[in-house]
Amino acid sequence: METKAFQRVYTKLLGITKATVALRAEGVSNEELALVGGRLAQVVKIQGDMVTLQVFSGTEGIPTNAEVIFYGEPPKLKVGDDLAGRFFDAYGNPLFGGAAIEGEPREIGGPSVNPLRRQQPSELIATGIAGIDLNNTLVTGQKIPFFADPDQPFNQVMAMVALRAKADKIILGGMGLSNDDFLFFKNVFENAGALDRIVCFVNTTEQPPVERLLVPDMALTAAEYFAVEKNEKVLVLLTDMTLYADALSIVSNRMDQIPSKDSMPGSLYSDLAKIYEKAVQFPSGGSITIIAVTTLSGGDITHAIPDNTGYITEGQLFLRKDSDTNKVIVDPFRSLSRLKQLVIGKKTREDHPQVMNASVRLYADAANAKTKLENGFDLTDYDERTLKFAHDYSKSLLAIDVNMDTDTMLNTAWELFARYFSQTEVSIKNELIQKYWPKA
Amino acid sequence: MKTKGKVTGIVANLVIVEVDGPVAQNEICYIDLAGTKLMAEVIKIIGKLAYVQVFESTRGLRVGNSVEFEEHMLEVTLGPGLLSKNYDGLQHDLAKMDGIFLKRGDYTEALDYNKEWEFTPIAEPGQMVLAGDWLGEVPENWLNHKIMVPFKFEGKYKVKSVVAKGIYKVSDTIAVLTDANGEDINVTMVQKWPVKRAITAYREKPRPFKIMETGVRSIDTFNPIAEGGTGFIPGPFGCGKTVLQHAISKQAEADMIIFAACGERANEVVEMFVEFPHLDDPRTGRKLMERTTIICNTSNMPVASREASVYTAMTIGEYYRSMGLKVLLLADSTSRWAQALREMSNRLEELPGPDAFPMDLSAVIANFYSRAGFVFLNNGSTGSVTFIGTVSPAGGNLKEPVTESTKKAARCFYALSQQRADSKRYPAIDPMDSYSKYLEYPEIQEYLNKNISENWVDLVMLSKNYVQKGREAYEQINILGDDGVPIDYHDRYWKAEVIDFIILQQDAFDSIDSNCPIPRQKFMLNTVLDICKMSFHFENFEECSTFYKRIINNLKQMNYSVFESDEFKKYNIELSSILNERKAE
Ligand SMILES: Nc1ncnc2c1ncn2[C@@H]1O[C@H](COP(=O)(O)OP(=O)(O)O)[C@@H](O)[C@H]1O
Ligand SMILES: [Mg+2]
Repeated sequence: METKAFQRVYTKLLGITKATVALRAEGVSNEELALVGGRLAQVVKIQGDMVTLQVFSGTEGIPTNAEVIFYGEPPKLKVGDDLAGRFFDAYGNPLFGGAAIEGEPREIGGPSVNPLRRQQPSELIATGIAGIDLNNTLVTGQKIPFFADPDQPFNQVMAMVALRAKADKIILGGMGLSNDDFLFFKNVFENAGALDRIVCFVNTTEQPPVERLLVPDMALTAAEYFAVEKNEKVLVLLTDMTLYADALSIVSNRMDQIPSKDSMPGSLYSDLAKIYEKAVQFPSGGSITIIAVTTLSGGDITHAIPDNTGYITEGQLFLRKDSDTNKVIVDPFRSLSRLKQLVIGKKTREDHPQVMNASVRLYADAANAKTKLENGFDLTDYDERTLKFAHDYSKSLLAIDVNMDTDTMLNTAWELFARYFSQTEVSIKNELIQKYWPKA
Repeated sequence: MKTKGKVTGIVANLVIVEVDGPVAQNEICYIDLAGTKLMAEVIKIIGKLAYVQVFESTRGLRVGNSVEFEEHMLEVTLGPGLLSKNYDGLQHDLAKMDGIFLKRGDYTEALDYNKEWEFTPIAEPGQMVLAGDWLGEVPENWLNHKIMVPFKFEGKYKVKSVVAKGIYKVSDTIAVLTDANGEDINVTMVQKWPVKRAITAYREKPRPFKIMETGVRSIDTFNPIAEGGTGFIPGPFGCGKTVLQHAISKQAEADMIIFAACGERANEVVEMFVEFPHLDDPRTGRKLMERTTIICNTSNMPVASREASVYTAMTIGEYYRSMGLKVLLLADSTSRWAQALREMSNRLEELPGPDAFPMDLSAVIANFYSRAGFVFLNNGSTGSVTFIGTVSPAGGNLKEPVTESTKKAARCFYALSQQRADSKRYPAIDPMDSYSKYLEYPEIQEYLNKNISENWVDLVMLSKNYVQKGREAYEQINILGDDGVPIDYHDRYWKAEVIDFIILQQDAFDSIDSNCPIPRQKFMLNTVLDICKMSFHFENFEECSTFYKRIINNLKQMNYSVFESDEFKKYNIELSSILNERKAE
């Protein structure tokens, strides 16, 4: 983002809050950028000649006579092939030195795709993790977050998924990422020899929170360049969207908006949807897939941030520690991939949908048996068998350290069925039982 | 002279305009942004200041940009060619827009003005007509699209002439009417109507007295919706609102389906774009898209058009109802529309009601639902708009303003339960919490008993009772343990499970199970109730559960087989032999 010199300079601020400043100025356009005392800011409100600006790095130390210079245009990112392999801050400035990007400046947060011009997603993303591929199959063009408590290894799982996903580009948008986690991503990508496929926009915990608001739009503008112009398969990783939403609430509260649930702005749904809906499959073969992280507090998914997210994304992957096997698993009850229908049993073996449903149902029976046990009741023979099944299922299929192809996952499930249950108990369409039930 | 104005303030998509003449509440205006016209609607007026909500992003807008007011409210264009179209929330044809990305101000025509239609006159010269009366008709896909006296016409008119049978375009004059003052007025096949006003060109709106078949057992059998009735589907995310609405849109016994995708995911609409042109309409054998119109304002499209989208859909529904058709309107999700109202009310700094929603939310919702209904037209024909909306309660909590307001307005309540969805008991409609008020209407009861079977309503009540008893038994078993209750409790619990697995659960993705016509629903309910009425002999509760699991498995195979096929009959015979094993007479 470069300064345009011809703009008028103002030096009289009439109001300053933690995240905004206000002044009298003329000819200002909505959402244009400005420099306030050397810091980047964006116009968020105009009333007559009174202009309110949101200052991304916060207003600490800004004096009332700070110099305000308007850019005359909204935030932009220069896009080009040499974005690949580079790391940027939230404003799109290169980190770790290196040449500035030569390319065409694009407005970030640009228009939406005409829904009629979208292609229906149909390409499976294989991750090797059965908790995902078997129960919650991902598809290119999908948008899906990990829901996880802060102590879960979501960044590790996300990096693993990204590297196995066979994407042409991986674009990481880090918001409030700890420096350690940032270096973790950098190392993992470097070690995998994938650096030339990576583009990274990062705001770390050390940097001002409001800056984060730029990160998803930067990442997605870069993604649109590669997906639309280069017809590439782009995977965008956004972590942590909870911290993004927190930054939204800081700004809206400073602007005296009436907060709705959990002190989040009433527009949270629309704000998040604008980001997530950038996920798309284009008819030309290019695609944008978004995998995000939404950290929870104490597993509470009714909080406004995960709740609104769940209403927008195409499912969610819920990570939790399974005390029974002491492994981190993808929880089959609370996880969901809404696009799995498009590929399971079509791009994968015909028995996939029914095997998936039957195993989750039996796993649910095990959960009931566990409750019985906890309440001090006797278990039936069936209960005992479901518990054994649940243990094996969790260990050999749900755990995130599993890595196998889908056919092997299905075969494993059939073996577990046959080991613990009768055909009637498994209750799958007869023709499939005939075909796949392991012969003794 | 049109009123003009200048922009004086901008807060997101709320823009304040100083005007130089009269403006009306809800009047449409266009803001000129460097040659691009952005459509907006007046939502508040104070003195010379009009507050307008812009149906586009306001990025780049400046104080001083000029505005022109249009002297009409937000209107839809009505005429032949609406069917099979994919519109945005403001009825712009998405297919006519250039490029991959939506462009601001790209306002495409709703109808095709060059298309030719085969017009056949209905009205005769000399005949007296009212708004909504049929002047002629043109075939549109598979239905007869009536060309009507425009709804804006007040009072009586005399038909002076109607053109002869032949080929015409929508903007050709097809009739001349003479008003009470003797003035002649030309009528074409196109008319406009403001979306926020109900079309009331009918004689009478009786209580609904028929059922609309959806093919979904837990609706049709357990809590049927009336033709011309209203219903809503609240549920936390992932519980199956959209899948259920899509199933209804594919299967319902309606002449026309209007689907308003309001503030939800684009990929879900893409699914309809892709599937509907290929899927067969089970009744007509034609493609589903031929009876469908999609109004699509997904979550990333302008927020203000979300509200417009449901009204656009309703108005198109009322238009087709006036042709004597059975219209089904589905909106997913009405909560997004309520949220759009909240965002705007917030920007207007209005005093907020509960959860920061506007105070008049209940009234707005009630008013919208009241536009559905079964009607007798002036010529004695009947038409209907049945409306089912989804509600997305924040945090899955049904005690929130949108759910509560909708509950007051809609007559059917299909509550999706998180617990059922978690255990993959789809559709997750909770059998105890959900209700259909129509089941209490004597005229509906009479209809059901006459059209399905003599004692149908009693059977439905009986099965609800079995489910309730099963649930009570289940609670006792949970408190006292499997061994702590008589076997009879297990028997009761499992009987309810049979109803749950076989009647309530239905696989929306199975080509056979997904759609269950009424005769099949009747057969299955009778089969299941026969089992419920039987007594069996068990030594212990484990025998009981093993036995019922076999029955459920067998009945499920029936649900997956073509009705009355050899396979189906084979499973039915197997069922009898399983039952005979333990029947205690
Ligand atoms: N009737 C059904 N049969 C099978 N699966 C279903 C059914 N209803 C919902 N599902 C599953 O639940 C998921 C979420 O359903 P959806 O209708 O999108 O939820 P909502 O609209 O309430 O958020 C679907 O992707 C599908 O996997
Ligand atoms: Mg939905």
